[in-house]
Amino acid sequence: MLSRVAENIYWMARYIERAENTARLINVTSNLVLDLPKTVTFEWRNLVDITGYSTLFDENYTAVDDRSVVKFLVGDFRNPGSVIRSLDSARENARTIRDIIPREAWEQINHLCLRCKGNLQLGLSRQGRYDYLRWTILGTQTITGMLAGTMNHDAGYDFLRTGRNLERADMTTRIIDVRSANLLTEQPTDLAPFENIQWMSVLKSLTGYQMYRRTMQVRVRRPDVLKFLFQDKRFPRAFYHAICEVESCLRDLPRNDGPLRLITQLQRMVSDSKPERLSQVELHRFVDELQAHLAEIHNQISATYFSVTLPATP
Amino acid sequence: MAIRWKEYPTQGLYDELMRGGGRPREAARFLCQYLKRLSEDEIQARKAAAELAIRVMGITFTVYSQQGASIDRAWPFDIIPRIIAKSEWDSIEAGLKQRAQALNMFIDDLYHGQRIIKDNVFPLEILAGSRNFREQCIGINPPLGVWAHICGSDLVRDKNGKVYVLEDNLRVPSGVSYMLENRQVMKRVFPELFQEASILPVDDYPSLLYDCLAAISPRPLAQPEVVVLTPGIYNSAYFEHAYLAQQMGAELVEGRDLVVGDDDCVYMRAVEGLIRVDVIYRRIDDMFLDPEAFDSGSMLGVPGLMRAWKKGNVALANAPGAGVADDKVVYAFVPKMIRYYLDQDAILPNVETYLCADKKQREHVLGHLDKLVVKPANESGGYGMLIGPQATRREREQFAKLIRKDPRNYIAQPLLTLSTAPTLVGDHVEPRHLDLRPFILSGQKTYVTTGGLTRVALKKGSTVVNSSQGGGSKDTWIVDSEGA
Repeated sequence: MLSRVAENIYWMARYIERAENTARLINVTSNLVLDLPKTVTFEWRNLVDITGYSTLFDENYTAVDDRSVVKFLVGDFRNPGSVIRSLDSARENARTIRDIIPREAWEQINHLCLRCKGNLQLGLSRQGRYDYLRWTILGTQTITGMLAGTMNHDAGYDFLRTGRNLERADMTTRIIDVRSANLLTEQPTDLAPFENIQWMSVLKSLTGYQMYRRTMQVRVRRPDVLKFLFQDKRFPRAFYHAICEVESCLRDLPRNDGPLRLITQLQRMVSDSKPERLSQVELHRFVDELQAHLAEIHNQISATYFSVTLPATP
Repeated sequence: MAIRWKEYPTQGLYDELMRGGGRPREAARFLCQYLKRLSEDEIQARKAAAELAIRVMGITFTVYSQQGASIDRAWPFDIIPRIIAKSEWDSIEAGLKQRAQALNMFIDDLYHGQRIIKDNVFPLEILAGSRNFREQCIGINPPLGVWAHICGSDLVRDKNGKVYVLEDNLRVPSGVSYMLENRQVMKRVFPELFQEASILPVDDYPSLLYDCLAAISPRPLAQPEVVVLTPGIYNSAYFEHAYLAQQMGAELVEGRDLVVGDDDCVYMRAVEGLIRVDVIYRRIDDMFLDPEAFDSGSMLGVPGLMRAWKKGNVALANAPGAGVADDKVVYAFVPKMIRYYLDQDAILPNVETYLCADKKQREHVLGHLDKLVVKPANESGGYGMLIGPQATRREREQFAKLIRKDPRNYIAQPLLTLSTAPTLVGDHVEPRHLDLRPFILSGQKTYVTTGGLTRVALKKGSTVVNSSQGGGSKDTWIVDSEGA
């Protein structure tokens, strides 16, 4: 498999995942806001901080209300993490590898991208937002399903899953980081229903509420949620699960020594950690460490597989 | 009733489907009857279905805008097919094979003994002024002696229905993927017609192309490494490059994916490491192939590629230098080449062509600029032409200057009134001018596509069919009405 193609597949998967994550995040937040007591003002800025594009946002928007934040995150082409920009980037990556991915998957990516761009006004309106984002999520899931069901599960598919799961792991840490830091109190004894709703929203941002209930069978509490989201082996959006997926992909690829070493280090680091005991400050530091590791893994994969050169002549 | 054939004006020109007076040609009868039965709503529904299929399939072409950015547009397509009877097609096919054979012999001759020049059939001055003759190719023996493995020849009909060759594209002819996709669209839109009539299939092209390419591999492997070399996603034909690679199961590579080793072999950068490449179906021009041999500023090419090719370590299709025959001046000599190399008469005639390099012919051209079409020898895509009868006096004067300055670079032809075919315009059909580009594969055997890409000028009265200039396309059906 061509290095460039592997790289395109990898990025295509990352962008599709990014679009889906952003769509989920906004939908869940919009829902949460409706349940908050009138005395609490929700900081929409939070969402921008999660994506890491705060500077870009500040440069282009004066108001920090739901309208401008949703516009920035869904429909602003200047924002590399916005839903439509992510889908467009996914499509561009897919376009250069049309000879690799199954035709129907390409058609679906193309269709979803055009549909999201064409109906953008709907996505920006308060009434249309929910539906718009819901079928965006459905669309990305369709692509994922089609690829799983029709693409050869070869090296290309390994790069696809690697990209998707690295992006997913990254998003999970971002959501935990920002949501817990800015919204929530640390005391597990504080049983205000309000706090409960917020932790539920963290889970729901990752579609983890139902799975959390099944797995943990306890009330929604900070220590359990953190343990679940960082360390669960079976929940697809848990950090540990995502990096285990990456590990299994890397095992199938040639010349995998370097990347494998890094990923197993990261696995050990997560399974040895005690996220439930971390204070807010420690949690933030822990997340930083994980993100640095993910970046390092990305760099190692890129160096190993995406930039192959002739051996230096002696 | 939506389509009333009786009201269809053939304007005294040759129409591909209709004889005039509402009577369809034999091979088109089933189609015309079928269309007549469709209601206005049904026709619009089919049209919408075709447009949807095109959008969903992502069939696009790229237009370069003035700002330097490129725009991806949906492929303009007319749902009424163009039909040619198989009996007529058989003789066109024979003519195209003959032509491709002679052209390949001509190119091989130019890079070896130049017999055709020594025998005074082809003038040395014209070769000397050729922009696509590559000195680097002299004495090279490409496998099977074939230089132009893929050739796209444009055919037109005049108002009497006679078929002429308008030009031969031997560098990197494009359009074949649209031929294949048009058929896919039509099968989705009119499945019942394909059951009813004997419409010859076109889908075997990619596998024949693969066989043609695999046959020139320097390593005798069962599955040689064949790749398609594209300039990249911003090229106007990128869609086609990706499509063909996908259909052949070949890697689609860009220059930066390839590297020439110290052993003068070509490798591609892959996840597994470096993999040796045997055959490159290149879709980039000679000048960009190898910055060491040609344009040193080229970012698209592969340094050392010509070295590898000359040593026979990699095969290139089309071979570098094949473009020497893709020149509208050389074109004028094709009937003579056929006689010279094959000792046959040309089955398909050329359009009458005046060479501005020749003094007498040049004077004729300059005196009749208002009646002729003047074309530069080496442009494609319909750029840089003068359509005399439609030009202003000022434009004609400018062209006269250009011709005097560089006569070798210009030819002139009478303005042909191209044949027409019924095309859906709003809620009814109108005649629109069209041409046809079949593709000829040359290898151990010669193969011609069944039909080709029909390009249609969507603007009323226009004869410019290029997609970059308001052209669209139609599916082309070769119909065996005797066998049906």
